[in-house]
Amino acid sequence: MAAEKMSLSKAINASLRTALETDPKVLIMGEDVGKLGGVFRVTDGLQKDFGEDRVIDTPLAESGIVGTAIGLALRGYRPVVEIQFDGFVFPAYDQIVTQLAKMHARSLGKVKLPVVVRIPYGGGIGAVEHHSESPEALFAHVAGLKVVSPANASDAYWMLQQAIDSDDPVIYFEPKRRYHDKSEVDTAAIPGPLHAARVVRPGADLTLAAYGPMVKVALDAAAAAAEEGKSIEVLDLRSMSPIDFDSIQRSVERTGRLVVVHEAPVFLGTGSEIAARITERCFYHLQAPVLRVGGFHSPYPPSRLEDEYLPGLDRVLDAVDRALAY
Amino acid sequence: MTVESTAARKPRRSGAKRSTTARDTKKQPAGQTELVQLLTPEGERVEHPDYAIDPTPEELRGLYRDMVLTRRFDAEATTLQRQGELGLWASLLGQEAAQIGSGRALNDADYVFPTYREHGVAWCRGVDPTNLLGMFRGVNHGGWDPNSNNFHLYTIVIGSQTLHATGYAMGVAKDGADAAVLAYFGDGASSQGDVAESFTFSAVYNAPVVFFCQNNQWAISEPTEKQTRVPLYQRAQGFGFPGVRVDGNDVLACLAVTKAALERARTGQGPMLIEAFTYRMGAHTTSDDPTRYRSPEERELWETKDPILRLRTLLTREGLADDAYFADLERESDALAKRVRDAVRAMPDPEDMAMFEHIYADGHALVDEERAQFAEYQASFVTAEEGI
Ligand SMILES: Cc1ncc(C[n+]2csc(CCOP(=O)(O)OP(=O)(O)O)c2C)c(N)n1
Repeated sequence: MAAEKMSLSKAINASLRTALETDPKVLIMGEDVGKLGGVFRVTDGLQKDFGEDRVIDTPLAESGIVGTAIGLALRGYRPVVEIQFDGFVFPAYDQIVTQLAKMHARSLGKVKLPVVVRIPYGGGIGAVEHHSESPEALFAHVAGLKVVSPANASDAYWMLQQAIDSDDPVIYFEPKRRYHDKSEVDTAAIPGPLHAARVVRPGADLTLAAYGPMVKVALDAAAAAAEEGKSIEVLDLRSMSPIDFDSIQRSVERTGRLVVVHEAPVFLGTGSEIAARITERCFYHLQAPVLRVGGFHSPYPPSRLEDEYLPGLDRVLDAVDRALAY
Repeated sequence: MTVESTAARKPRRSGAKRSTTARDTKKQPAGQTELVQLLTPEGERVEHPDYAIDPTPEELRGLYRDMVLTRRFDAEATTLQRQGELGLWASLLGQEAAQIGSGRALNDADYVFPTYREHGVAWCRGVDPTNLLGMFRGVNHGGWDPNSNNFHLYTIVIGSQTLHATGYAMGVAKDGADAAVLAYFGDGASSQGDVAESFTFSAVYNAPVVFFCQNNQWAISEPTEKQTRVPLYQRAQGFGFPGVRVDGNDVLACLAVTKAALERARTGQGPMLIEAFTYRMGAHTTSDDPTRYRSPEERELWETKDPILRLRTLLTREGLADDAYFADLERESDALAKRVRDAVRAMPDPEDMAMFEHIYADGHALVDEERAQFAEYQASFVTAEEGI
C-alpha cells in the first residue's frame, strides 16, 4: 500500500491492524474495544476481523487491564492496552509504575515486558472532568517507561508500530483532539527512529518546541509570526522519554531562543526539564531564557474555561515576543 | 484476640441473630467454615470425602524433609539479619505446611507468582535458596531468572502479583498449554483492589489460576478481622468460582487441595481460591515487634498445631522414619545453613555502574548520558588519587 490520506485515528486503527496481522502474539485489550470499536472508534472492526481472543473486551478495571497485560507479556504476548481516557489511568498507575516499569531491571534483564499503553489525552474537546488531562510528565519521570506522542497521522501509524515492536513498555499518548485531522500516511515508508525530534518548519530567529496536540498550534503561531517578519523554527518533539535533547540543542544553537509549549501544567512539566537541560547545554548560545507555555497549576478547568487554560495562538505568540525582546 | 473464632470444629450457632457490628461478626462468622484436614495436630490421619490422598512413606518423608530444611533455611536467614548480613528478612516460620504442601502439588510446567515470603515454595521449585537473599541483602531487587524455575520474582507491593498470575494464566489458556498458575497472597492482601480485580478477570476469562491465600491471621499488626467480615474463602463464590478453607498447618491437606485445584484449572474448569488457615509464628519481618499487638498465649496455642511436629508424630508412630533418619536430616540442615551463611557473606556488592543496567531492554538516551556523566565523575577520583 502506498501513501494515503487518513485521519490520525484511522492511522492508529491501520497500525493496530498491521500489528495483529503480522504478529500472532499481539493482543488488543481494553474497555469497549470490541464491538463498539472503542469510544473513539480507534479499534473499529478489529474484533470482527481478529476475534474476541485477539481483541479483548476487558472488565472495567484499569489496574486489572495493565496487571493482566503484564502477565500476558511474561507469557510471551505483546499486549496493546487502551485506557479509555487520560483521567482514568490512575487506577492503573500503580501497576504501570511499580510493576511494568521495573520488572526488566529487577530480573536483571531476564524478562521483557513489551506492553504498549495507549492513552487518548489532552483537552480542547469540551469534555467533562477527567477527560482532558495531560499526565505525560508523571510517566516520563519514571525510569523504565518510554513515553511518546504522535502529532500527525503518519507518526500515529509508525510510532505505534515501533512501540509495539519495542521490548520496553511504551506509554503512547494519543492527542484526542487531533483524531480527525487528516494527513498523508505512507505505510511502505521507512520510518525514522521512535524517539527522535523532527523539525517540522525551519526558521532562524527562535525555536518553538511542542508535541502531540500542540504541534499544530505551534505551526499556526510560526505562520502568524512569519507575517510579522519573524522566522520561527518548529520542532515536533515526538518523545517525552527519552527526550531528543541533541536535536533541540542543534536547533537552539542556530536560533538562540527556545519556547516550549505543552498542554500540561508548566510546573515540573516536560518544559521545565527541557529548559533546565538546554540551559546547561546551550548557556552561551542562548539570547533569552527558555520560556514555557502550558497549563496552570490548577485542576483541568470546566470546559467553558478550557480555551483560557490551554495554550492558544495568542499565548504562544506572546511568549515568542517576550523571548525575541531580550 | 479470638483467632479461633472462625476456625473449624466450633459448632455453628444456629438461629443466631444477624449482627450489624464487626465486633459481633467475629463471634458469629457468616456461613459455614469447614476446614479441610487430613492430618490432625495430634498426628492422626483423617479422611475427607473430596480430598483423598494416599502418600507413600517416601513421599511423607520427602514432605517432612522439605519442611525441616525450609525452616532451617528461614532460621538461618533470620540469624543472618541479626548479624547484620541482611537488611531485612520475612520469616515463614509456622507456614511451612502451607508452602510445602501447595508447592509440591505443582507440575514442572506450572508457574508460580509469590509474595515476598514464599521461601518454601521457592524450595519446591528448585530455586537455590541463596538466590532469595540478594534482595534482602540489598544487592539486587530480585535478580533470578523467573523462567528457569517457573517461579516469578518476589513482589513487595501487596496483591500486585495476583494480576500478573491471572494474565499469565490467560496466556496459558490461549496457548492451550497443559499448565496452571499458582498465585500466593496474604489475608491482608485480600483487601487490595488488585486481588479483587484478579478474581474478576480470572473468572470472566476462566483462567487456569489457583489463588492460594495464606491466612496467617495477621497483616503486620492488623488481624484478619480488620480485612474482612466473611471468611476469606467465601469471597470466591461472589466472583463465580469455588473457595475452600484448608488447615494450613496440615501439609497433606494443603497438598491434596492444591493438587485438586491445579488439576481443575489445567482441565479448563477455571480458577479456585484456597484459604490456608495458618499462623505466622514469628514477627512479620525482622523489623516488626509482635509483642506490641499479640499475646504470648496466642502463639503458644498455635505451637500445639505446629506443622512439622504433627508430621513427625505420624512418621514416628507409624514407624516410617527412625532415629537415624532424623539424625541424617539434622546433619543435612546444618550443611544447608552453612552453605547459605557462606554464600551470603561471599555475596559481592554490585558494581557502581549496575544502577544504570537493565533499566530498558532497548536502551534510553538519558540513561546513556547519565551513565557517562557518572563514570566520568567516578573516574575523576581515581585521577585525583593517582595525582597524589
Ligand atoms: C500496597 C502495599 N501497602 C502496604 C505495604 C506494607 N506491607 C508490607 S507487608 C504488609 C502486610 C501484608 O499482610 P498479608 O497480606 O496478610 O501478608 P503476610 O505478610 O501476613 O504474609 C504491609 C501492610 C505493602 N508492601 N504494599
